[in-house]
Amino acid sequence: MASGVRPRVKVPKSASAGETITLKTLISHPMESGQRKDSSGNVIPRSIINRFTCEFNGQMVVDVTMEPAISTNPYFEFEATVPEAGDFKFTWYDDDGDVYEETKPVAIG
Amino acid sequence: MTKQIKSKAMIALGFAASTFALATAAQATDPTDPLVVNGDLEIVTNTAAPAHMDMIDTIQSGWEFRSHETQDLQRDDFDNPGMIFVDDAREAWDTAEGSEGKSCASCHGAPEDMAGVKAVYPKWNEDAGEVRTMEMQINACRTENMGAEALGYTSGDMTNMVALMSAVSRGLPVNVAIDGPAQATWEQGKELYYTRTGQLELSCANCHEDNYDNLIRADHLSQGQINGFPAYRLKNAKLNSVHARFKGCVRDTRAETFSPGSPEFVALELYVASRGNGLSVEGPSVRN
Repeated sequence: MASGVRPRVKVPKSASAGETITLKTLISHPMESGQRKDSSGNVIPRSIINRFTCEFNGQMVVDVTMEPAISTNPYFEFEATVPEAGDFKFTWYDDDGDVYEETKPVAIG
Repeated sequence: MTKQIKSKAMIALGFAASTFALATAAQATDPTDPLVVNGDLEIVTNTAAPAHMDMIDTIQSGWEFRSHETQDLQRDDFDNPGMIFVDDAREAWDTAEGSEGKSCASCHGAPEDMAGVKAVYPKWNEDAGEVRTMEMQINACRTENMGAEALGYTSGDMTNMVALMSAVSRGLPVNVAIDGPAQATWEQGKELYYTRTGQLELSCANCHEDNYDNLIRADHLSQGQINGFPAYRLKNAKLNSVHARFKGCVRDTRAETFSPGSPEFVALELYVASRGNGLSVEGPSVRN
């Protein structure tokens, strides 16, 4: 597991039904591209997050394929319409097989 | 000036009305808005200069010299990349290290209990008989109380911890003491500030006092305030400590620099910090 990986998300606690809200996500991750070499000339192996998804009550909101050119600590900001109360589930998939998850509830009101 | 602002506001109003949907979606901040972090923490980014400064009337945080996009990153802790490193330091705060089995939390409680500490550093330490920076105090704690190894002066772990101390003091006014036992060190720092160095023969004052708000090639010169340090720089994607910045500046004058943690830089830090007395502690700030 890549060290120091910590997902962070920002979701409004409540929204009115049908409202479009802004979601912000950031995960601290080195996103090693696989192109760099260390001081003795050896290639540093690729270690990135290759997929990010956001689901709302089981329905996919975004599904992103990520590539090695994406910088360290990838940040996503996007919008979603909230039809009802429920949970946003955020998932990051690491090259090494680790999966990082975070869930945030949204209330209607 | 007032006329200009009025006409701008009217244009903006017309624009906002016609593109209402777009404007609400983007929720753009007015570029002239003062710095308020997380919607409730007000940061003083300009105020009257302290009495010891002759050449400048109003002191301004480096925040005021950056682009609106960079400024906006500091308005919300989620958008501030420096807070990632503060989170790392929070973990380190609770981690026991060294022969005594103590963590920072063992003696100091929560990081929030340290609010106000960063605002008065560098500070005279009576027992040690020297002016100490935050970094020196952290290392003294580690070696004397925790039995742990000292951290590198500008290392990531050290700078992150200083950033945590700064983060819990945000909004409080910088107030370093320059009289009493600290005065000699302060005088030394002032001397260094006005001493030209390097092949370019530049002193700190040549850029940051005589020419702030001018461009030095593509760079917008600030007053060189350090109330926002440690600073997250977009160019290197990490937190940068005060002494690392000093070193960079002196190097840019094409001089052999003092070392981070050296008595010269400690004195300079005290003097430069005192030039920001009255500004809010702002670190970790975001700069380009």
